[in-house]
Amino acid sequence: MTATLQQTPEPRAPKVRTKAPGSKSIFDPAIVKTASVDSLKKLNPRTMMRNPVMFIVEVGSVLTTYLFIRDLSDATSKQNWFAGLVAAWLWFTVLFANFAEAMAEGRGKAQAAALRKTRADTIATIKMPDGTTTQKASSALQVDDLCIVIAGEIIPGDGEVVEGIATVDESAITGESAPVIRESGGDRSAVTGGTRVLSDRIVVRITAKPGETFLDRMIALVEGANRQKTPNEIALSILLAGLTILFLLAVTTLQPFAIYSGAPQSIIVLIALLVCLIPTTIGGLLSAIGIAGMDRLVQRNVLAMSGRAVEAAGDCTTLLLDKTGTITYGSRQASEFIPVTGVSASDLAEGALVSSLADETPEGRSIVELGLHDFGLTIVEDANAVLVPFTAQTRMSGMDMSSGRQVRKGAADSVRRFVEAEGGSFPLEVLPVVERVSKDGATPLVVIDRSTPAAPWRVLGVIRLKDTVKAGMRERFDQMRAMGIRTIMITGDNPLTAAAIADEAGVDGFLAEATPEDKMALIKREQAGGNLVAMTGDGTNDAPALAQADVGVAMNTGTQAAKEAGNMVDLDSNPTKLIEIVEVGKQLLITRGSLTTFSIANDVAKYFAIIPAMFSGVLPVLNRLNVMKLDSPRSAILSAVIFNALIIIILVPLALRGVKFRAEAASLVLRRNLLVYRVGGIIAPFIGIKLIDLLVTVTGVVK
Amino acid sequence: MSWQAIVQGLVLIAMLAVAVPPLGKYMAAVYGVRADGSAPGDRFFGPVERFIYRLCRIDHKREQRWNVYALSLVAFSVMSVLFLYALLRLQGSLFFNPTDRQSVSPMGSFNAAISFVTNTNWQWFSGEAAISHLSQMIGFTVQNFVSAAAGMAVVVGLIRGITRKRSRTIGNFWVDLTRTVVRILLPLALVFTVVLISQGAVQNLHGNTTATTIDKTTQVTTQAIPGGPFASQEAIKELGTNGGGPYNANSAHPFENPNPVTNILEIFSLLLIPLSLVSMFGRLVGDRRQARILLAVMVGILMVFTVFTMLAEQNGNPKLTTAGVDQSISTTQSGGNMEGKELRFGAAGCGLFAAPTTGTSTGAVNCMHDSFTPLGGMAPMMHMMLGEISPGGVGVGLVGVLIMALLAVFIAGLMVGRTPEYLGKKIQAAEMKLVAIYILAMPFAMKPFAAASAVLKSANTYQSGPHGLSEILYNFASTANNNGSAFAYQGTGTQWYTTTQGLSMLMGRFLTIIPALAIGGALVRKPKVPATVGTMPTHTALFGFLVAGVAIIVAGLTFFPALALGPILEHFSL
Amino acid sequence: MRALIRQLRPAFLAVLVLTLVCGVAYPLLSTLIGQVAFHNKADGSLIKRDGVVVGSKLIGQSFTAPQYFHPRPSAAGAGYDGSASSGSNLGPTNPDFLKSVSDRVAAYRAENGLGADALVPVDAVTASGSGLDPNIAVANARLQTPRVAKARGLDVAVVTKLVDKYTDGRKLWVLGEPGVNVVELNLALDKLAA
Repeated sequence: MTATLQQTPEPRAPKVRTKAPGSKSIFDPAIVKTASVDSLKKLNPRTMMRNPVMFIVEVGSVLTTYLFIRDLSDATSKQNWFAGLVAAWLWFTVLFANFAEAMAEGRGKAQAAALRKTRADTIATIKMPDGTTTQKASSALQVDDLCIVIAGEIIPGDGEVVEGIATVDESAITGESAPVIRESGGDRSAVTGGTRVLSDRIVVRITAKPGETFLDRMIALVEGANRQKTPNEIALSILLAGLTILFLLAVTTLQPFAIYSGAPQSIIVLIALLVCLIPTTIGGLLSAIGIAGMDRLVQRNVLAMSGRAVEAAGDCTTLLLDKTGTITYGSRQASEFIPVTGVSASDLAEGALVSSLADETPEGRSIVELGLHDFGLTIVEDANAVLVPFTAQTRMSGMDMSSGRQVRKGAADSVRRFVEAEGGSFPLEVLPVVERVSKDGATPLVVIDRSTPAAPWRVLGVIRLKDTVKAGMRERFDQMRAMGIRTIMITGDNPLTAAAIADEAGVDGFLAEATPEDKMALIKREQAGGNLVAMTGDGTNDAPALAQADVGVAMNTGTQAAKEAGNMVDLDSNPTKLIEIVEVGKQLLITRGSLTTFSIANDVAKYFAIIPAMFSGVLPVLNRLNVMKLDSPRSAILSAVIFNALIIIILVPLALRGVKFRAEAASLVLRRNLLVYRVGGIIAPFIGIKLIDLLVTVTGVVK
Repeated sequence: MSWQAIVQGLVLIAMLAVAVPPLGKYMAAVYGVRADGSAPGDRFFGPVERFIYRLCRIDHKREQRWNVYALSLVAFSVMSVLFLYALLRLQGSLFFNPTDRQSVSPMGSFNAAISFVTNTNWQWFSGEAAISHLSQMIGFTVQNFVSAAAGMAVVVGLIRGITRKRSRTIGNFWVDLTRTVVRILLPLALVFTVVLISQGAVQNLHGNTTATTIDKTTQVTTQAIPGGPFASQEAIKELGTNGGGPYNANSAHPFENPNPVTNILEIFSLLLIPLSLVSMFGRLVGDRRQARILLAVMVGILMVFTVFTMLAEQNGNPKLTTAGVDQSISTTQSGGNMEGKELRFGAAGCGLFAAPTTGTSTGAVNCMHDSFTPLGGMAPMMHMMLGEISPGGVGVGLVGVLIMALLAVFIAGLMVGRTPEYLGKKIQAAEMKLVAIYILAMPFAMKPFAAASAVLKSANTYQSGPHGLSEILYNFASTANNNGSAFAYQGTGTQWYTTTQGLSMLMGRFLTIIPALAIGGALVRKPKVPATVGTMPTHTALFGFLVAGVAIIVAGLTFFPALALGPILEHFSL
Repeated sequence: MRALIRQLRPAFLAVLVLTLVCGVAYPLLSTLIGQVAFHNKADGSLIKRDGVVVGSKLIGQSFTAPQYFHPRPSAAGAGYDGSASSGSNLGPTNPDFLKSVSDRVAAYRAENGLGADALVPVDAVTASGSGLDPNIAVANARLQTPRVAKARGLDVAVVTKLVDKYTDGRKLWVLGEPGVNVVELNLALDKLAA
């Protein structure tokens, strides 16, 4: 083994928000065009049946159209105008709702089309067990096939690098132009079909069957092909269906009451009333809101495997955040060597350097660098040196030199246990140093060595590994707290260090010296207490926890196992994204709730438009209910129907973008949204219907 | 309104404010809030209960899942209907019948049996003319107790669904029924009976006493002074929010409601348990703020309707003024629209009764609602159409308001960006389905029948014009909400009405309480989500307005067209 | 269904047992207490004259002769029928109702010698809820006083004093409305004459 410094890629430059391929602005002309066509296609009753509210409107449209045509010859032209216009606007109501859904789908479809292009068939070079190679179409690949991919080639399928290291351009999927490193072993071995190898040569073991690759699933997801209603959407649909039945009852029983009062109503007017009352606004926008919510995640380069996961994200009350990479910058930096009495600083530095030569973690490299730069040390080649890797049991790593010298470094308690078990003595003066370093939020590592395996272990001193909390994290956590979400930091650090970092970052709790089992136990404990837990993870040993968590976000750079276990994949592999995911989830629910409230509140004004219009002919005193002073019964009814249709199209942008989200306590959010959508929902139609009535009257189409 | 009338209302509020919290605390103990399951008076009530359990062969230690709980309730109701039906069909040949009442017709008995078992106490008949003393005593009085107790058992079952977590059972119906009767209703009724007798309510075992009247020049010179064991029935009639009194005139009758003291006591006693149940709810869920806001909603709505009705009736009927009638308030008369009202209560005392009796599912009346002014009559009608949640019948009223709370939580909860939750329980599709059934039940128990009655010639037993529509609406609102008060001009003893209103009462009762228990059964399995600032608070004034707003907007949107053609049209034509 | 049937036995027994408790024990115990503690009231507050029951303090009676104060119109049977309590239940815009009010107004004015424009107290021309209302408003009684005094040959002041005596004020100052008990007042008038 040669202890050499290996050049590793620079830590990534600060991320520039890049959009996923194919993403477009809300009203991209191409999408609008497709959506317009699609909204006609969606008139198919079998499609409409999935949305009971709009299906009723469609039935009403058919019925009014039939009545309009039937009476063309024998009714007065005024009646015809009225019936025709009502029928037309009822059709518009349906079309507008379809358009909203088609618009939401359109964005996904455009994106899917872009992704499909990268799925073009490639020829894979298969490495046979006997060492020979054959060519195979990527669509014919089998699981466990070994493919050789060299620079410039497209990786033919999802798999794991089993040999070699390469830089890969994953921009086809992530939209990120900077190449990433993929290498065999460890947590950076997963590669995705459709991405391009830029340098070197790797052997990839195929892990997914053609048609079931990540890219395929991604296409299906953004297209919304297998979109299923989410739990809250189902619950809301039930409520809307209930309201629809209620209004169906109100309108059908109104006719007998009207007959009793000597003012029987025409079917067209009753249909108009029914359509105005049933919650068409939310009914028409509901699926668009859901699709758009998923889409908003895609815009953030997050793939949710189900809408359920998106909703669960909004519900999360506990976020488990890995300290490293999420709360602090990816790597800790060695900042100081603190020798024990009797050991010189440079001796300690030399020991630390040797112990870390084979340590390829950023921490290890920073120790080496600190030794090289600040202490002017040089690296001595020792071809026979043996690397002692870090294990969970020893929790130490180090090097056995060919000279017989052994150097170890590790956490204070494990080193102490180790030294004492080996019969050495552990100077007590180290303890306060360790504690001080920990309390500062830094990580202390104790370095020990012995010149021969027979000699007793000697403690050299302590390395201080400094941890830097990312800027702005405290504010994020404060926002989370304001929304009622607890953040728990997960770290392998000892409790003291963890406490210091937790304090600095402002998280609500921490799990120190975390093992995968601890993490799992924590999730289960939180869930038993009724909390919904979200977490991110990338390693294979995160997989069980990702599966257990209500929202498990796997990093795209992570292992295949992690990606399978989670219910979301972050293509940017940015653990901080979890917070945005929660916000998107919440925004989805808020948009639904707000538009439901708005839709129901609208009915008040519609009643005041239609009821007097229905009866004031025969029962003139009821015209006192005509508080909007609408021109005539027909103009009043028509105006209400037109308003009812237009409001859908007006709210499409809101449904697609979502109600503006602010990180605030529930009571504040509720107060503001109630004010806007309930009070606004009551007032807006009074104004809208009045304005439309003025227009209708001015044009003189109905009198 | 006179200042005395306003003070009278304040006296009522003060009486309730004093009585409700301790009764709520006591009831919480009865339904097992204490860890050891003990309750005050165990040494006396315990043996009585155990004796009843033994007689009925009930294993009182065994808890039931919601469906078994509901089945017990249904079985008990079925048996009660059969018993009452048989009693009414046979009363003519049974003993203790001093007024010689004949047996009741089959459809009439069907309707009456359902009416009393469903806590409606709708009476298509005149009590003193149709029902024997025996039927009043062992039929109606008994159902006044047990139908109320069953309603309370329902809400207790639902509350257990909320308070327990990851459980299966919601209690034992038979135990809840027995404890309610023995520990709550009987003691209160006994005390209230004695108070009523002391004020002049009758309590004897004889029939009519014949009096020789004073003015010998009148056509009839004798008068039948009725008797019977009726103060005891009157007491439970109000306490159990039943409303079916022994006399046709109900609480307007001097023997049921002799004077203004009994009047305010009757209003007090019909509000007492419904309000105390809310206070109890706060203790059972361990958060009395939750109860306070629901109480505020109930009392707020109740007060609006009370003041509105009092004012509408006190302002009188403009058509009478035209006819030369003085309806003004002066030192020598209380004024107002006095048709159908007793002088000792006055128009204000009637409004003070009419709103609580329709806000609860009582339906007792101390004046004839049919003769109210159009708006005065619309108020109790709308009060019922809100689903009787202000404060609603014993048990079922709190159920109603909790359902409204679930609906409000659902809509508003989405608006804060979380799966809605109420008291730590997530409200999801299963619950919403049941909530939707609950909300639909009452309109479906009312409107189809009302609509048919409006156009069927054979059903025309109402007054002509918009008032006739008001009568149809009021009466089916009354049966569908298990209220029992009536716009009583409309004859409802016909085949059509005894059948449809019987069905209406059954639907209004069981299509609400079975879904309510099912909600309890669904919630009881769920874990409790801890409350954080991300949880929508359900103890704030804002939430109170939401609950009231949801109730008003749902009822308003459902009933506005019909109301426009009934009372509103009649009002505009004044 | 089988589950329901299993519940029928306890249901049957519970109906029987609770009938005994609530339908027999409770009313009989109440009757016992009532009869012992408030015998007259529990029996209906009967008024006897010369050993004969002439009515109840709480139940109004028909009075049509001019020497008696007249009670409110009654919809109970033929009028103040104690076995048929009832209000008219006529709606506020019912033409029959409005006509009968007009007729009563005219009759009241004629009986009591009032002018054609005189306003008539509302209680005098509207039927009570029970049809057994024993009370009339003070205003109503005042308007009838001259007629009664004249018919009995009494001084108006004497009758007025008696009216005041049988006027029940509000209970506890604020509860209910004041009214004159017609039965007791007329009985007292007869007693005065005897």
